[in-house]
Amino acid sequence: MIFNMEFETLPREALAAIQLRRLIGVAERVYATVPFYRKKFTEAGVRPSDIKSLADLSRLPFTYKQDLRDNYPFGMFAVPMDNVVRIHASSGTTGKPTVVGYTARDISTWSELMARSLSAGGATRDDIIHNAYGYGLFTGGLGVHYGAERLGASVIPISGGNTRRQIMIMKDFGPTILTCTPSYALHLAEAAEEMGVDFESLKFKSGIFGAEPWSEQMREEIEKKLYLSALDIYGLSEVIGPGVAIECLEEKKGLHIFEDHFIAEIINPDTGEVLPPGETGELVFTTITKEAFPIIRYRTRDITSLNYAPCKCGRTMVRMKKVSGRTDDMLIIRGVNVFPSQIESVLMEMTEVSPHYQLVVDREGTLDTLTVMVEVNEASFSDEVKTLQSLEARITKNIRETLAVAVKVKLVEPKTIARSEGKAQRVIDNRKR
Amino acid sequence: MHAQQISVFIENKAGRLAEVTRILSEAGINIRALALADTSDFGILRLIVNDNDGAEEALKLSGFTVRKTRVLAVEVPDRPGGLHEILARLNDSGINVEYMYAFVRQSSENAIMIFRFDDPDAAVTVLTEKGFSVVPGEKLYTL
Repeated sequence: MIFNMEFETLPREALAAIQLRRLIGVAERVYATVPFYRKKFTEAGVRPSDIKSLADLSRLPFTYKQDLRDNYPFGMFAVPMDNVVRIHASSGTTGKPTVVGYTARDISTWSELMARSLSAGGATRDDIIHNAYGYGLFTGGLGVHYGAERLGASVIPISGGNTRRQIMIMKDFGPTILTCTPSYALHLAEAAEEMGVDFESLKFKSGIFGAEPWSEQMREEIEKKLYLSALDIYGLSEVIGPGVAIECLEEKKGLHIFEDHFIAEIINPDTGEVLPPGETGELVFTTITKEAFPIIRYRTRDITSLNYAPCKCGRTMVRMKKVSGRTDDMLIIRGVNVFPSQIESVLMEMTEVSPHYQLVVDREGTLDTLTVMVEVNEASFSDEVKTLQSLEARITKNIRETLAVAVKVKLVEPKTIARSEGKAQRVIDNRKR
Repeated sequence: MHAQQISVFIENKAGRLAEVTRILSEAGINIRALALADTSDFGILRLIVNDNDGAEEALKLSGFTVRKTRVLAVEVPDRPGGLHEILARLNDSGINVEYMYAFVRQSSENAIMIFRFDDPDAAVTVLTEKGFSVVPGEKLYTL
């Protein structure tokens, strides 16, 4: 089902005209209201009035994650705080989160885009949506929630965790659409099996999974175990949250980007040069309708390609290939972004441990686990087990509080972790992609 | 009155214990008593040796994290209730045993136990007052 027939099936020429008009509008707004952008534009020798065609977008400067960090928390907001009705945040690389804001109209736009996404995944107002994305600062839970309400579906705001109760509710309430991270979907399947509940007997028809990269193999496994059609949804809080792009049930081949709100470019990550359609490179987004937190040419570091070929579903919006990798070392653990440097900064703040560490990522069953190996040194070593165990617990707690991710800390002997020579192997990822 | 114990951090993986004993053996150091406290991912090896400084130096040179800890070696009457008498006295005086293990001697009337107390000085006072024999370090290392 197509939620917004008028916009989702716009002829490309009409879409381009809307994009240009909106692009000029957003460039003028950020230039006038956000000192950061005015400075960047000036340095690049470009003014909003220089934008005459969509191709002129490439004259605007890029925005990086670091820029958001430098302007923490509200420096990138383009409206006064009295117009902001919602604040979300995601983890950043220095322990400080990336903060984004929404006006009432932004929330409305986002709800519309999530309603479109849920529709693309087969949801209608008759459906019951079991929303197991986390509610809170993370955009996943509330993003789906508002979209489901806009669509008119019934939403169960179950959030993450308490898996056995989730299974009970699935059995009793009979939800038809599942929304969560793909790894949690598989975890639910395992838990159901343990409880003697067969997913085949439940009423799910499709599931909309995102917030972490997942493979076609994982899609097959989810579909086999959960007896539903599994779709990929893409989004990032810097752009709006979930609902930037979605697969359609008809083809499940590439995610339609809602181009009436976001302009996508593919660039060469090394040179910054815009690549021709179809080529693989780094995905860059410009938001053209957002009010509180517009973003210009944001470097997502996600590697993909764009496909402009018509789609069976009827949508005219370009499709991005399922994201397969990133340009940096960010890890996604159960939907949470984790940068090795964040772990480093937590360890650096603790005088009793050495800053030498290694991260080992595994998939135990279906859940991602992150083990942080930390070296014991003279200062932290005690001959009592309980003291060392309490040190492990303290590191675990500090990491959880800063990064919002549960890790297992393992103390290792000094000098056993390879020292940095050029690029240190900080991460050992044993997950199969 | 106290004795020195050497504690070594050991990762729970194959061959690490043997590595410690190899280093001590090559340095000509005799192990008089030992205990291993372990968890699922690490262990702490506690040693009474005949040459503390030599053992510490040899282990540190090989990259081990080593710590010296004050312990008490107490003679325990080798008969039923022998250990209980000591523990009961300590308990009465509110002194906690952090851990303890046995010291092996070839032949003698009394056994020797190594104790780690939360308050070693108070423990010495209580034990000597009650007539228990605390073996000084210098004597212990060469027993």
